[in-house]
Amino acid sequence: MLIVIVFIITVGAFYLIHLLPGDPAVVILGTGDSPANRSRLYRQLGLNKPMVEQYFVWIKNVLRGNLGTSFISQTSVWGTIKTALPIDVEIIVLSQILAFAVAIPTAMRSARKPDGWLDRILSAGSFTLLSIPSFVIIVFLVLVVAVKLGVPHTGPSSYVSLSSDWIVNLESLALPSLTLAVGSYVLYYRVLRSDLIATLQEEFITMARSKGITQRRIMWRHAFRPSSVALLGTAGVNIGGLLAGGFIVQYLLSIPGLGYTLIASIGRSDYLVVQGIVLVVSVGVIVINFAFDFLVNIVDPRISRE
Amino acid sequence: MYVNEMVEEATVHDRPERKRRLGLLFWLCVGWIVVNVLAAILANVLPLQSPILQNYATINAGPSWHHLFGTDDLGRDIFSRVVFGSRVSIEVSLGAMVIGFGAGAPLGMLAAYRRGKFDAILSSVMYVFLAFPAIIATIAVLSFWTPRSLLKIIVVIGVASIPLVYRVIRGAAMTVATKDYVVAAKVQGATDRRILMKELLPNVAPIGISFLLVGIATVVTLEGALAFLGLSVNAPTPSWGNMINESLSILQTNPWLAIFPSLAMCLFLLCLNFIGDRLRAHFDVTEAKL
Repeated sequence: MLIVIVFIITVGAFYLIHLLPGDPAVVILGTGDSPANRSRLYRQLGLNKPMVEQYFVWIKNVLRGNLGTSFISQTSVWGTIKTALPIDVEIIVLSQILAFAVAIPTAMRSARKPDGWLDRILSAGSFTLLSIPSFVIIVFLVLVVAVKLGVPHTGPSSYVSLSSDWIVNLESLALPSLTLAVGSYVLYYRVLRSDLIATLQEEFITMARSKGITQRRIMWRHAFRPSSVALLGTAGVNIGGLLAGGFIVQYLLSIPGLGYTLIASIGRSDYLVVQGIVLVVSVGVIVINFAFDFLVNIVDPRISRE
Repeated sequence: MYVNEMVEEATVHDRPERKRRLGLLFWLCVGWIVVNVLAAILANVLPLQSPILQNYATINAGPSWHHLFGTDDLGRDIFSRVVFGSRVSIEVSLGAMVIGFGAGAPLGMLAAYRRGKFDAILSSVMYVFLAFPAIIATIAVLSFWTPRSLLKIIVVIGVASIPLVYRVIRGAAMTVATKDYVVAAKVQGATDRRILMKELLPNVAPIGISFLLVGIATVVTLEGALAFLGLSVNAPTPSWGNMINESLSILQTNPWLAIFPSLAMCLFLLCLNFIGDRLRAHFDVTEAKL
């Protein structure tokens, strides 16, 4: 299944080039470019051969790690992706740590007394946050934190790489991570809360209670694991979504991750870079989904036995 | 034991009565959506200033009687741009959902009802497409398929939503198709067409409507995201996403330009989500089914 999907993705990514109106070589290079460049592109994409063969020429290059060379920046597409990807990973890891750290305790608090005043406040709050798109959140965070409060290294274009200064790096990634964390938190809180409420009505919980086990221990040791199956499934889809959809926070703060590179490349009509990023992100999303399916099986072995 | 069962039965009977009431907030949300849609349809007729008329005498003005929401950096009336901007969001989301449900819902119901080879082939094709990250596909196709137009945006998002709609509707129809009353209708010799329309459709509809609302909210957000990439409608046509994007360069001097379209979008989304949530509780649809 995984192989079939990856195959279809590569076909899709390859034929994107043919959506361009007219001769792809002319569109990619512009009408005024030299015949030498044009013939280089023809060789790289195999454009003079039949469609099916073009695909195999291209995929052979891709499997060798050769996604082509950008005709605009004259750098290798794979190299561009390799410098940008770690930034995405860092933002996603930070946002997920934040989201889980808040979502798990609050969901447990809510589930302990459903429809209590605390649960109502938390649920209403999460419902409101659900309706605020990430680009609105980041705009207002920047407006308040970076512009009005003047916190250093949080505004646009203040990104510093992890290797040069990790404290400034964390500061510059704080707002984007927080923004992505808000969206993830809402999802995780809602899923975990409703599952915990259902689990807490099971007989083995009543049994544990009657044995006099503390509320805290019941929550963490007895109720959490069976309630976390849907949470993990949601997290897998969501993290994949962040990899694919996290471009806006990067674009707004000029953080040179994959999303920012993607937008910049669309703007420059740097089609080979766009194609490369589409390919890498699509495959990445699918690998993440499969990894989380695997995790779900570990948490609840009954699922794989069915 | 017997008493317990009776008590349980009594309480179970009580519940639907209580759920039947949707509450004032629900109708307020429905009202707001209706106002938005009406304003979008009637934008040309309403006594609004032109959304693209530039007036350099009043640039970056705050809210006033003359300009309810103030003016932007080109002196255009923000209120009128927000109203006209709702058109793009509503057109794109409704258009995309017409395509998504138009193709996905009948196929999903047929697959669930027919089963067999038809279902097996169709479902595996759909699942492969589902694995493809829809947002990346949308961005990729829109950036390569030039020149862009509103219709192309609608088509691309609509087609991308077909597998999602298919999966939800098929799942819902599957549980209905195995129910006794469907079997009974079959035994009575009802035609397939009749069973699909009279037995399956009414019972799948609640889940369909809940998902439709979620879908509209998602597409409104997606259009905003596309506007940030410059992949939505071209300037000077206003859209909520477009306006928020334009406001970024002058955020410090004129925050109104960011605040009003954001507010309009968030309120619209909040109402959609709230209506969907209430309907799910009303029809007893769990979120997991979406």
